[in-house]
Amino acid sequence: MDADLTLRINGTEHELTVDVRTTLLDLLREHLGLTGAKKGCDHGQCGACTILIDGRRANACLALAVAHDGAELTTVEGLAQNDELHPLQAAFIEHDAFQCGYCTPGQLCSAIGMIEEARDDGATLDAAEIGERMSGNVCRCGAYPNVVAAIADTIA
Amino acid sequence: MKAFAYERARDAAAAVAAGADGATFLGGGTNLVDLMKLGVAEPQRLVDVSKLPFDAIEETPEGRLRIGAAVRNTDLAAHPLVRERYPVLSQALLAGASGQLRNLATVGGNLLQRTRCSYFQDVTKPCNKRRPGSGCPAVEGEHRNHAILGHSEHCVATHPSDMAVALAAIGASVHVLGANGERTIPIPGLHRLPGERPQHDTVLNGGDLITAVELGAPAPRSVYRKVRDRASFAFAVFSVAAVVEPADGALQDVRIALGGVAHTPWRAERAEAVLRGAEATPERFAEAAEAELAEARPLRDNAFKVPLARNVLIRTLAELTA
Amino acid sequence: MSVATKSVGAALSRVDGRAKVTGQARYAFEEPVEGVAYAAAVTATIAAGEIDAIDAQRALALPGVLAVISHDNAPRLGETDDGELLLFQSDTVHYRGQIVAAVVAETLEAAREAAACVRVDYAARDHDVELTAEHPRLYNPEKVNPSFPADTAHGDAEAALAKADVVVDATYTTAPVHNNAMEPHATLAFWEGDDLTLYDSIQGTYGARRTIAQVFDLDPERVRVIAQHVGGGFGSKGTPRPQSVLAAIAARMVERPVKCALTRQQMFASVGYRTPTIQRVRLGATQDGRLTAIAHDAFEQTSTVREFAEQTCVATRMMYAAPDRLTRHRLVALDVPTPSWMRAPGECPGMFALESAIDELAVACNLDPIELRIRNEPELDPEKGIPFSSRNLVACLREGAERFGWAEREARTDGRWLIGSGVASSVYPVYRSPSKATARFEPDGGYSVEIAATDIGTGARTVLTQIAADALGVDTEHVRLEIGDSDFGQAAIAGGSMGTASWGTAVVRACEALLAQGEGEATVNTADEIKAQSELSRHAFGAQFVEVRVDADSGEVRPNRILGMFAVGRVINPKTARSQFIGGMTQGLGMALQEESVMDRGFGDYLNHDLAQYHVPVNADIEDIVAAWIDEDDGELNPMGSKGIGEIGIVGTAAAVANAVFHATGKRVRELPIRLDRVLA
Repeated sequence: MDADLTLRINGTEHELTVDVRTTLLDLLREHLGLTGAKKGCDHGQCGACTILIDGRRANACLALAVAHDGAELTTVEGLAQNDELHPLQAAFIEHDAFQCGYCTPGQLCSAIGMIEEARDDGATLDAAEIGERMSGNVCRCGAYPNVVAAIADTIA
Repeated sequence: MKAFAYERARDAAAAVAAGADGATFLGGGTNLVDLMKLGVAEPQRLVDVSKLPFDAIEETPEGRLRIGAAVRNTDLAAHPLVRERYPVLSQALLAGASGQLRNLATVGGNLLQRTRCSYFQDVTKPCNKRRPGSGCPAVEGEHRNHAILGHSEHCVATHPSDMAVALAAIGASVHVLGANGERTIPIPGLHRLPGERPQHDTVLNGGDLITAVELGAPAPRSVYRKVRDRASFAFAVFSVAAVVEPADGALQDVRIALGGVAHTPWRAERAEAVLRGAEATPERFAEAAEAELAEARPLRDNAFKVPLARNVLIRTLAELTA
Repeated sequence: MSVATKSVGAALSRVDGRAKVTGQARYAFEEPVEGVAYAAAVTATIAAGEIDAIDAQRALALPGVLAVISHDNAPRLGETDDGELLLFQSDTVHYRGQIVAAVVAETLEAAREAAACVRVDYAARDHDVELTAEHPRLYNPEKVNPSFPADTAHGDAEAALAKADVVVDATYTTAPVHNNAMEPHATLAFWEGDDLTLYDSIQGTYGARRTIAQVFDLDPERVRVIAQHVGGGFGSKGTPRPQSVLAAIAARMVERPVKCALTRQQMFASVGYRTPTIQRVRLGATQDGRLTAIAHDAFEQTSTVREFAEQTCVATRMMYAAPDRLTRHRLVALDVPTPSWMRAPGECPGMFALESAIDELAVACNLDPIELRIRNEPELDPEKGIPFSSRNLVACLREGAERFGWAEREARTDGRWLIGSGVASSVYPVYRSPSKATARFEPDGGYSVEIAATDIGTGARTVLTQIAADALGVDTEHVRLEIGDSDFGQAAIAGGSMGTASWGTAVVRACEALLAQGEGEATVNTADEIKAQSELSRHAFGAQFVEVRVDADSGEVRPNRILGMFAVGRVINPKTARSQFIGGMTQGLGMALQEESVMDRGFGDYLNHDLAQYHVPVNADIEDIVAAWIDEDDGELNPMGSKGIGEIGIVGTAAAVANAVFHATGKRVRELPIRLDRVLA
């Protein structure tokens, strides 16, 4: 069974027809060639698929595309402006906040969403708070302290 | 995942009608879509209720809070009145899942999330909850994370929600719209013990739609303590939500709910009875914990939850009343 | 040191950093190939027995389904040592979760749904999935991974233990644990005539090519394996896994490119894991802590598909000296998936036991555990009787102690927290494997270098660029390094901590040959150089320090701070090296406190087969973690003077944590993971 939907992805409008079972993650990766968001577990347990849906970080693997008709999505491919990296991307490189890179797009989108959430909360983002708020992004390579440093650097 | 028909509910009445007709409600999807991928849930018709106008948090004339069922977990935890008047609820929400999941998960969906029992989640294994009569492998199998209270030979699973434990301690009521109109179900009371029919997690009928949760009296002196196997992003091995109303060194009122120990959030009524009106002393706390846990029937491998619950409950009460 | 260094030693940011942070880096499943179809695996729901029948009717009837593959219709495969790769060749089920069929379909959704609709009938027999030290079918393997003797003995350890002044006799257990790289194993396969190309998630393209060629009875020249970016491996991608074969079979059958990614759940059965171990360590010593006897027995499991014997006792053979020693490995083949490499196979579980026992000996002798180790520091490799090329364990212990404030440590209470500290040694052998590199002058005045190395997150692309730049006497901007393609020839896998040493040697020699030539291109294979290297005992060493807090009420253990102090020769890139050490230590923390694959005896599978139930460390678990190293100049290694660093970080960490828990609580936990219920017990 197929469904029609419209999504605005990284600023570009897409009119799509998809199998109603398709998640946003598979839509991005298999239908639109946007392979930045990664499938690590497909069950919301690792965060590698984190994107921004209407400005909020969310696991794309648990989001049925049909349920997000009309939404605005930001993926890692949409973070850099032309050739200029987002400050967080540059900070990740500087602080070596990744190794194999597979969790990295999810970490970046999650961090961007997280910074906004903390602002709304009025929370102080010290290392412990960043670590707690980023715990939905599993990194088996263990880049955590560098992820925290990169984020801290960006918001300083 | 099997194919299904998807529609967005036009309004609550249409949703309820669809529900009565066998449709499954979709909230944030963080539990349902997970279960659909596992083959545990196989809805033929999904009715998306997440966009119904149940997304507000409002103060009632009596000064209580009424929370729409479609409110996202993140927003509930962050709401100034929740943080101020029901800190246990905010803490419980923030202790659960991950930031990403909390952004999508709805209050209604959180209440109705299914157990994390490994056997329930695996459709290639028997499970009385998933397939009534097929058996419960957890009773004799691996059950470290399973119940010590209120279980039956048919099911020893626990309810995984942190939020529900906090609501049980606060005292809340769930507004439900069903085929026969509106009604209110208290928490505790929404969730059932397994008994002989573990396939029913709650007292709801098929097609009942949760529209709101109304909180009881403010609980400014309250706390949520969660014990887990890693520092974050893990279900509770054990948790406690405690609310106290101290008055002159004694506890005028106290409400305690335990998580990770039963098929429901477990209201510790025996402990409360010991503490209500009594002085807040370590001896009383110990007496209360022991009274509650005297009823515990641990399984072969989860007896550790008894001293765990005892110690953590005593410490939580001590810190809360300090 | 043969190489003048300007780039080597610099904290260069990763050369593939931009690709990774912008989402441009492509992993196997993501390579854009026209017309690709999807394959989904069907896995056995019994642990032992036979397939009686496979009914594919329902699956085939679903829209978009192109084929259902099983032993009923799959092609005959060739021969290979790894029976796990011989998919669909028989009706025998060796373990629950074994791949028994596959569906190929136009879409992912169709493939997954159809896979759930394939009906398999089994004749099950009783299964045996439990490892015990008394198992009646335990046997003595000929060799342990990769080719060490299973047993060693010097003098008479039993007699020496019987008359030792102080004896520690303890049994330690480690749980089965899964590598769980973030990227699930995935392969995209396509045929062009009889030529097969795989985009694979693999730690070594050249070795994979050889194996795949065997499986499909092809001349290796007809096979090409490409792995530009790999999302972690930690040993589980060291050799091809079943989905590589599945994709290739499927592609042949449907005459289209096919890609297959295992689900996270399937990864708990199909891609290897670290065997559980039961280890008895006995130490005999004089009153002042000098070892007189060392005995280490390890009991572990393998599958009925193929033998893998983890070399658990090998570190004990060379860490400390004692005149009388024995080590033994015993193995039992169970109805379980085949275990295989996981970060520091052998050293990792073995050193948990040894370094815990050493700590127990320190307590028994009333000695500082660092002092105890210093007293037993050997002059020569105790096993081989030859010198170490360099061994600075003592310096690591001393320097680390200084930095950690070891002398000031005290077991103390802070509210409900019990606080304590522990120390343990780390070690990892230094290997080099023959590799071939080609260096070339480029028309634009720069250089290109090709080698079938793989960067699985180690930073190989970056350090090899640095090494090449120095060998050529230019800046890194003038070097274009190409890796990850079996067409580039023989090369070590990214494993055994031997990558940089193996590939770096080849890159240096190829660059040297190119400069000597003055034009064109030069290719060098380092097999002869490596064969000719002197006989020395080559190891990297380190010391791990951990301070923990233990919740007296709940038994929860959290690390306050973790320090690793290492001696690893020349550090090529401090930025990426630090990440490797910390990554290893983080996995060590997981091993110590969280990770455990729970074997369900009733059903015969690892019950907690997803990332919600199998816990790996999350960001909040790591509060304060430091990796540092001492200067070490070892001229007997390779042109760069470097030792491998990928695995040593995990080796001593779990023991350091366990020793810290003991210091904090007085309770010695000898079973990993140190779960809260074990602390409370």
